[in-house]
Amino acid sequence: MSLASHYSYWVTIFLMIAGLFIVIARGNLVKKLVGLGIFQTSVYLLYIAPGKLIGGTAPIIASGFRAYSNPLPHVLILTAIVVGVATLALGLAIVVRIREAYGTIEEVEILEQDRREEA
Amino acid sequence: MIDVLLTMMAVVVFAMINQRNLFAVVVLGGIYSFLMATVLVALDAVDVAMTEASVGAGLSTVLLLGALYLTKGEEVTEVRRPLIALAVSIAVGAALVYGSLGLPAFSDPQAPIHTHVVPRYLNDSPKETGVPNVVTSVLASYRGFDTLGETTVVFTSGAGVIALLRRRRRSREESEK
Repeated sequence: MSLASHYSYWVTIFLMIAGLFIVIARGNLVKKLVGLGIFQTSVYLLYIAPGKLIGGTAPIIASGFRAYSNPLPHVLILTAIVVGVATLALGLAIVVRIREAYGTIEEVEILEQDRREEA
Repeated sequence: MIDVLLTMMAVVVFAMINQRNLFAVVVLGGIYSFLMATVLVALDAVDVAMTEASVGAGLSTVLLLGALYLTKGEEVTEVRRPLIALAVSIAVGAALVYGSLGLPAFSDPQAPIHTHVVPRYLNDSPKETGVPNVVTSVLASYRGFDTLGETTVVFTSGAGVIALLRRRRRSREESEK
């Protein structure tokens, strides 16, 4: 265990908690979705970085190459990227609807309006 | 090389946390996605890199800009309870760093990920499927049903977006009458 051997994991963890921080601390709904996206892309690194093999090549079988990086994380993450953009699109559509109903996309103002209606 | 790119990604994300202007956040997100695609090329994940560059940097940015146009969002007005959020994030990060200490070193050929399951695919998939690209053969052949499920997810979300935004257009037409 050393800085060089674990650096990629630690950057991944930094990206992950940065996304988490944005989701919790920022009240703007669009920015929350951006934070969720950062969290999601950090998971791509978490899966793909361990599959890398120094001296290996992309997993396309050809004569003259013997070491290949692990293709199975790549398959999982290809699916994750497409599903990620699908959820982002749905989330943004909901934000557009919220903006229409409340006139704002700031979480604090939305909660305040809800409270006023209940009272 | 990879370490430099990873550091640049961390810097861009740090700028995104502090940036109040939503347009700037979206553009920084595009830069972040292109850096991610470059890192993925360096990690030999060429198929994923192409998808990330087109979907992550292209489509996501367009969707976010479209949403900014529709919501007329410009500035993030205030920061809520940053200390609690910071404490939660750092606690989670510390737990994850503690967990990462038990992981094998980066690119260790003796790591379990390189010795189990994958040799079978690398050795047999060209013979069994006739496709030299192992990512394609697993995605489209061995796990074709998963890909079918993925398209179901995309279809469902597309239907959801249309349902949400069509109501919007109708209500606007009614208000114009």
